[in-house]
Amino acid sequence: MNFSEVFKQSNQLCKVSPDGKYLATCVQYRLVVRDMSTLQILQLYTCLDQISHMDWSSDSLFILCAMYKRGLVQVWSLEQPDWHCKIDEGSIGLLSSRWSPDGRHILNTTEFHLRITVWSLCTKAVSYIKYPKACQKGIDFSRDGCYMALAERRDCKDYVSVFVCDDWHLLRHFETETQDLGGLEWSPNGCVLAVWDSCLEYKVLLYSLDGRLLSTYSAYEWSLGVKTVTWSPSSQFLAIGSYDEKVRVLNHITWKKITQFEHPATINNTKAVVYKEVERRPAVGADDLSLHNITIGTTLFNTQSKYEICPPPVQIPVVKPDPDRANPKIGVSTLAFSSDSRYLATKNDNMASVVWVWDMQNMSLEAVLEQCSAVRCFQWDPRRPRLALCTGNSKLYLWSPAGCVSVEVPTEGGFQVQSLNWHCSGDSLILLVSKYHLLGTKCVQKHYFKTL
Amino acid sequence: MPESSLEDKDICSSSECRTPPLRQFSQSSLPLHRKSYMLSTFCTEQNVQECQSHINQEVSSLGLQPVWTESGSSSEMNVVAVLNCMYDLIQMHRRGLRSLENMEVEQLKSSGNVDYLQLTSTRLKEQLELSKRENTGLLERERQLQLKVKSLQNCLKNEKEEVQKLQNIIASRASQYNHEMKRKEREFNKLKERLNQLLIDKKEKKQAIDVLNNIGRADGKRSLWKTEKTEAKHEAEMYKALLSDYDTRQRELLLENAELNKVLQQMKKDMVSILSSKKPILKGDKYQDDGAQADSEDEEEVFDSSKESVELYCVHAREKLTNSIRLQWRRLKSHVERLDSQETHKEEMDRLKLEIQQCKDFIQTQQQLLQQQLSSPCDEETASLLSDCYMLQEKERLGDEWKTLEEQRTIFERERRNFTEAAIRLSHERKAFEEDRATWLKHQFLNLSPFPDSKKPPMSKSKSAFLISETKASATSAPEKLIRCPSGTNLPTPGCVPHTSSTADLYRTLCLIPENGATKPKRKSDHAEESGVFFNGKAPVRHKQWNDSEEHSSHTKEQNSSI
Repeated sequence: MNFSEVFKQSNQLCKVSPDGKYLATCVQYRLVVRDMSTLQILQLYTCLDQISHMDWSSDSLFILCAMYKRGLVQVWSLEQPDWHCKIDEGSIGLLSSRWSPDGRHILNTTEFHLRITVWSLCTKAVSYIKYPKACQKGIDFSRDGCYMALAERRDCKDYVSVFVCDDWHLLRHFETETQDLGGLEWSPNGCVLAVWDSCLEYKVLLYSLDGRLLSTYSAYEWSLGVKTVTWSPSSQFLAIGSYDEKVRVLNHITWKKITQFEHPATINNTKAVVYKEVERRPAVGADDLSLHNITIGTTLFNTQSKYEICPPPVQIPVVKPDPDRANPKIGVSTLAFSSDSRYLATKNDNMASVVWVWDMQNMSLEAVLEQCSAVRCFQWDPRRPRLALCTGNSKLYLWSPAGCVSVEVPTEGGFQVQSLNWHCSGDSLILLVSKYHLLGTKCVQKHYFKTL
Repeated sequence: MPESSLEDKDICSSSECRTPPLRQFSQSSLPLHRKSYMLSTFCTEQNVQECQSHINQEVSSLGLQPVWTESGSSSEMNVVAVLNCMYDLIQMHRRGLRSLENMEVEQLKSSGNVDYLQLTSTRLKEQLELSKRENTGLLERERQLQLKVKSLQNCLKNEKEEVQKLQNIIASRASQYNHEMKRKEREFNKLKERLNQLLIDKKEKKQAIDVLNNIGRADGKRSLWKTEKTEAKHEAEMYKALLSDYDTRQRELLLENAELNKVLQQMKKDMVSILSSKKPILKGDKYQDDGAQADSEDEEEVFDSSKESVELYCVHAREKLTNSIRLQWRRLKSHVERLDSQETHKEEMDRLKLEIQQCKDFIQTQQQLLQQQLSSPCDEETASLLSDCYMLQEKERLGDEWKTLEEQRTIFERERRNFTEAAIRLSHERKAFEEDRATWLKHQFLNLSPFPDSKKPPMSKSKSAFLISETKASATSAPEKLIRCPSGTNLPTPGCVPHTSSTADLYRTLCLIPENGATKPKRKSDHAEESGVFFNGKAPVRHKQWNDSEEHSSHTKEQNSSI
């Protein structure tokens, strides 16, 4: 494994272009574009204010930089560096900004979710979409980029509008049977739209592309319901994670539950492999405390860690959430399918340092990874069944069916891996790290790029 | 009178009189008060005396006055006494009768009592029995009620738990609602503020886009107007997408269905073949049954093979297939059960036993070989080879690396030595040059001077200087030679022993002491010059150098560099 040097970035804004050739990072109000293979700086753009959000267009030719405070969006071209585009939302304010799938339109959500403005870079035309819903996930584009589903709320009722992304023509508009729509997501094949209710009611509705209700699924009543929903990449399974610490998987033929994955505090399963991270602090002798060592700092403060396999039964540490607070830290909050739909990785919020990996072929638990601190982020390799995760320390962890490894990220000490992203080729990982200066008051975030 | 005598006779019964008649008398004495008995044979004319005495005795024993006193007179009885006696006796008798009556009455009473008591006791026993039964019945009822109470308590507990759970749910929902409400209120307030701000704000910032130039569409086409045609096109495309998805799904399901059908067919064929192959083993009556079934099976087989394609789509054919499979499976099951009861599995067992034995032998041989390998090595070479066989590769690599390291080290040493030699040579040459310069200057000076006896400076000095420098060089290199004996040297001076000259010679050669007095002043000046040239303030160090037999290579390096 090779590690590159650390590059500065701010706001965790560091993205690889969709074609995998370029890497864009934001530092305060500057946008830096590097070549992915050599990491040389290719372009440098300067925006008018601190960049809040940055994104590549789907054809990797343009980058949008949104500045929410100023209500501005600036678009930069990679081919023509002197081409400029500035979208000013005016007094209406800007809440979020995103590209359309064709890479030629920009959708701005104004403040208070008053409307969505669709700006065309081809024609400078503007269209408006009224009554967008402010919810967990109110907009979703289908994977082929043809359709956009938007959640709306009018007269205290939820609706879904399906637009054709070509010309923003409203294809379908139907009411949903939800109390308070929480989110929607297209299936990867673009034919089914999954719509779920807010956490106060467990309800998942499945609509066909033309607006017909295919099926409704509700596991239980009254208790807090759905926390997260994910499609498998093959569109065969729909995994629903809920507040009762269970994951229910529906199949695409009958839309009925085929299995249920539970996250108990004691694991008795003999077929699953339980990896436990064990930290070893290096023993510091009196003669080691030379100035040389202290200034370097690596040997003193960096702990070695490795994985040990624990035989069942295994106890998982559970943290009981505060019952009086809203959105309690309990339930399955993160779900991720591997690219071949073979594995599903889950995280239960009251066992925050544990990642569970389930085998979808046998519908059973495959592995459990217990870390020393709370897992911050995990992501599957886009090519093969390999899971990378980080827990906010200076290490990177990788799991594959063959085994589990913990890699020390070589830094000058004090760097903490906050999140990670795989490159689309599956050959490299982008690690976002942060380091807190002991003396300074500002935290400097640096982005770390790693090649595998 | 005869009656009374009779009575007397009756009464008196003593052992002296004849007993049989007395016994008669005693037996008949009880119902005496009712009957009047006839004459007794107690007293006759013959035994009057005895009778009298006997009666006297009897009467006296009864506590009455004797009736006959032995006065020796005639056999005249005291009539008064006799009458009194008789009266007493009659009274006694009457009393006795009365007491007898009383006793009879009492006996009757007591028997009556006894009866009564018996009755009451039976009644009480019955009551007791009844109450015992009632008691058990009540206990049973109590037990049932206890059970009911327990179950009700359980229910209550469950209900309480459920109530608690519902309360928790309500609490979480309430907190969620409150949170949402607060959030909405905050947003509402922000909205109000913004509205106020906008109303107050005079100049409104308009929305605008500022693009350098329009860029083309991603697919390169021109954008179209929104017309009904495009709308229809979109609809058509959407339905096409849906239809294609359904198509693919249906195709997949068809494939799956076909595969499963094939598997079922295969299973059926296998089952039929298994059952048909077992036919010869079966007994006679069973054969007949199977024979009948075999016909139907053949029929089915023929049917199936010819109409396979139809089967996929025809519901009836599908049902037929599943039914026939079920039938075959049932037959197979019964057959297997029959086989289990028979002894045909004996050969199977034997075969398995043989296999087990073979495996065991194999394992044993393996173990032996392993033991051989581990315990004693065949010969020392292989032992030494095998002893570290796991690390062989690493060791070889390490050896190679050491070798290269050694080579590099020798090279380095050689180069260092060359360098030192070169430096020394340079110093020599410089010294020689200086010498020559000095001599030349001297020459010049001497030539200039009118004195004829210009002494040519002895070339030997430089020679000696050379020699000394050589020796010096050899001395400096000697320690090196000492340290690295195996490495060859190419210095002219042989031997590893340091070649130190006497101090006087050294001083002389180093021009510290004058060789001859004539050349003293020049010498001195030269000396000063030379000293100025040679010793850049490091003279004492140099002396020390020569005094010590050892020297560090670093020192020589220093000196060489200073030169």
